[in-house]
Amino acid sequence: MATAAPDSGDEIRDRIRNVLQGQKQDTVTVLSSLLNVQDELHYLPDEAIEETAAFVKSTINEVWSVASFYTNFRFTPPGDHTLEVCWGPSCHVMGAQKILKSVQEELGISREGETEDGKVTLEYNTCLGACAQAPVIAVDHIHMGRITPQHATSIARELQSR
Amino acid sequence: MAVAFDELRQRADARWQDLTAGPKAWIRVGGGVSGEAAGCDAVIEAFEKAIADTGAEAFVTRVGMLGLCYAEPLVDIAMPGGPRVYYANVEPDQVAKILDSHVVRGQPDKSLAFACSARPDGNGIDGITPLKDLPDIAAQTRIVTRNFGRIDPTDLLQYIANGGYAGLDKALESMSPDQVLEEVKDSGLRGRGGAAFPTGLKWSFLSGSSAPVKYILCNAEEGDPGAFNDKAILESDPHTLLEGLILAGYATGATKGFIFIRQGHNEPINLSRKAVTDAYEVGLLGEHILGSEFSYDAEVVLTGDSYVAGEETALMEAIEGKRAQPRYRPPFPAQAGLWQKPSNINNVKSLAFVPQIIARGSEWFKSIGTEKSTGTALVCLSGNIQRPGLYEVPMGLTIRQVLEDVGGGAPNGKTIKVIQTGGPLGGVLGEEAFDVEIDFDAMSAAGAILGAGGIIVGDEDVSVVDLTRALIAFNQFEACGKCFPCRLGTTHMLETLDRVCMNRANANDFELMERIGNSMKVGSLCGHGQLGYNPILSAVKYFKDEFDASIQDHAGAVGHFPDGSMITPTRTRP
Repeated sequence: MATAAPDSGDEIRDRIRNVLQGQKQDTVTVLSSLLNVQDELHYLPDEAIEETAAFVKSTINEVWSVASFYTNFRFTPPGDHTLEVCWGPSCHVMGAQKILKSVQEELGISREGETEDGKVTLEYNTCLGACAQAPVIAVDHIHMGRITPQHATSIARELQSR
Repeated sequence: MAVAFDELRQRADARWQDLTAGPKAWIRVGGGVSGEAAGCDAVIEAFEKAIADTGAEAFVTRVGMLGLCYAEPLVDIAMPGGPRVYYANVEPDQVAKILDSHVVRGQPDKSLAFACSARPDGNGIDGITPLKDLPDIAAQTRIVTRNFGRIDPTDLLQYIANGGYAGLDKALESMSPDQVLEEVKDSGLRGRGGAAFPTGLKWSFLSGSSAPVKYILCNAEEGDPGAFNDKAILESDPHTLLEGLILAGYATGATKGFIFIRQGHNEPINLSRKAVTDAYEVGLLGEHILGSEFSYDAEVVLTGDSYVAGEETALMEAIEGKRAQPRYRPPFPAQAGLWQKPSNINNVKSLAFVPQIIARGSEWFKSIGTEKSTGTALVCLSGNIQRPGLYEVPMGLTIRQVLEDVGGGAPNGKTIKVIQTGGPLGGVLGEEAFDVEIDFDAMSAAGAILGAGGIIVGDEDVSVVDLTRALIAFNQFEACGKCFPCRLGTTHMLETLDRVCMNRANANDFELMERIGNSMKVGSLCGHGQLGYNPILSAVKYFKDEFDASIQDHAGAVGHFPDGSMITPTRTRP
């Protein structure tokens, strides 16, 4: 999950071009290109927007319009680990708010985003899809259900020291 | 053409024989995202290690979900030719003991066993509850979920060995496209994505077009929080959807099918991609399917995170790679849809019923459910309920039967106060609505929608004001921004409900929200705006006292967040 910071613009452009040209699915679009680049880099630097526009023969404006619409896209590198807290109504009923509060207290942040040391990214998720196991969180995209605030605190603590 | 399929079936039967009556015990562990969240992967690892350590004659398969999510991690073990014995809520440290007693010594661990299937002679094992006697299994009629937890979702042959692709084989062998279409029309099947439109009628709009390129779009976006049945189909039995997608193509003369899923749901994505690849390999997709004149392609396409992408015209925009915003209609998708080609959009569940309707006939399907809502409903229970899970029940059961008999009521001796159905654009219902039948028309008459089948349960401690606010917060966050009544209206409603939660509501706030809701209804292109006021409308109808208290009694907290600490997402959609 750790994102190695690329040394130069050229290197990152090469990586992006490789991803764009190596798309395996039949339907290649602005959106498919951006999804594949974010899978590789875990965020979309400006170079990704420019290279995608060139690759699909579109404009930077059009690519930005797509990138800014879907909330999974991010434009700065994420932390080494991602902790998602579900706030869908099933998890709401089962105490998502308390889970979120204990995670935020442990991480020392009050909203979505990265911890000060850049180790952990906290995201709110509208529904992680495992509603029957609510409340649910995901640690580096692995789902964990029936979470208690105490458990959430210890997971957040452990992630910071990982 | 029959030769090719017969050969496949023979290979499949041989494989099933190997698995169920071969020399080794078959250990199946329920997976999917629900299993993962319950910790199934650590249990699988423990079994693999214990088998390696002891040399026990057994192998482990990660299957989909049986649907009894409360019992996960759920393991079942079948000795060669024997019944399946289920172990519920298995912890990794119990695995060695279960393996030793059940597989090595041939004695199912009765102290840990949860249930047991019947042998072919109808007998189970003394001292273990028969699975079919569990109240949540007894209430079900499993059509779409017939293979859930039973077959390996990565193995095409296991699907075929259990009757899979027999519907497609029958259609290609002995039915014209029109006959397939008529069979689906006769079955009374209605769309399971929310709108409940008759599936056969919808298909006939597409089959009437003589265009050379036509598409079937399977909507697996499933953004409704509380609904996980589409993902469960893709995780537990992806070929049952793929067979339905191919049959839809045959009936309508379409040339390609798309399965549309949100990025990040890796298990459904990977399993449906594998199903498509495997189907191509044996000639179930591509040129001259099973040697017939019918050719058809399929592809899995991904969208980014956007709830509105599940709306049928926004979905087409997303496949084309654009912002997922709805289109103006007309033209309707059947006239000019994806890339302006005639297109038909169906939900995963709607398509997943089709193989069995073709294999067993429309009369059989109509015999299940109610007159105008035929077949079954895939209900997802979550929240304050004893037995959260996915249950396939015949249409016509009352909500109360589902909550009490299937779900077991609220845990810890509490009572169920509120349910939320039909997703965040659906209803917030009180106890008076619990005797309504699960049926598209009965539910919509009660101010609810069955929608995708999610039922979120709240007990007496849940604040309806907070729950309603959470739904509107979702709707506000997910508004796509195209129609300003929805974009501004959801924001204004959320601000107002924030005040209600903080006991700072004004007397005219509810009238204001009603006016906003009406503007959204007439001024929005898609259901997100048209139905966006539904949660408030229904919540106020069933829980007027609770809302009134927020206006009258500014001193007393109505909800749990008078301090304003409710979750508000900070990422926005410019």
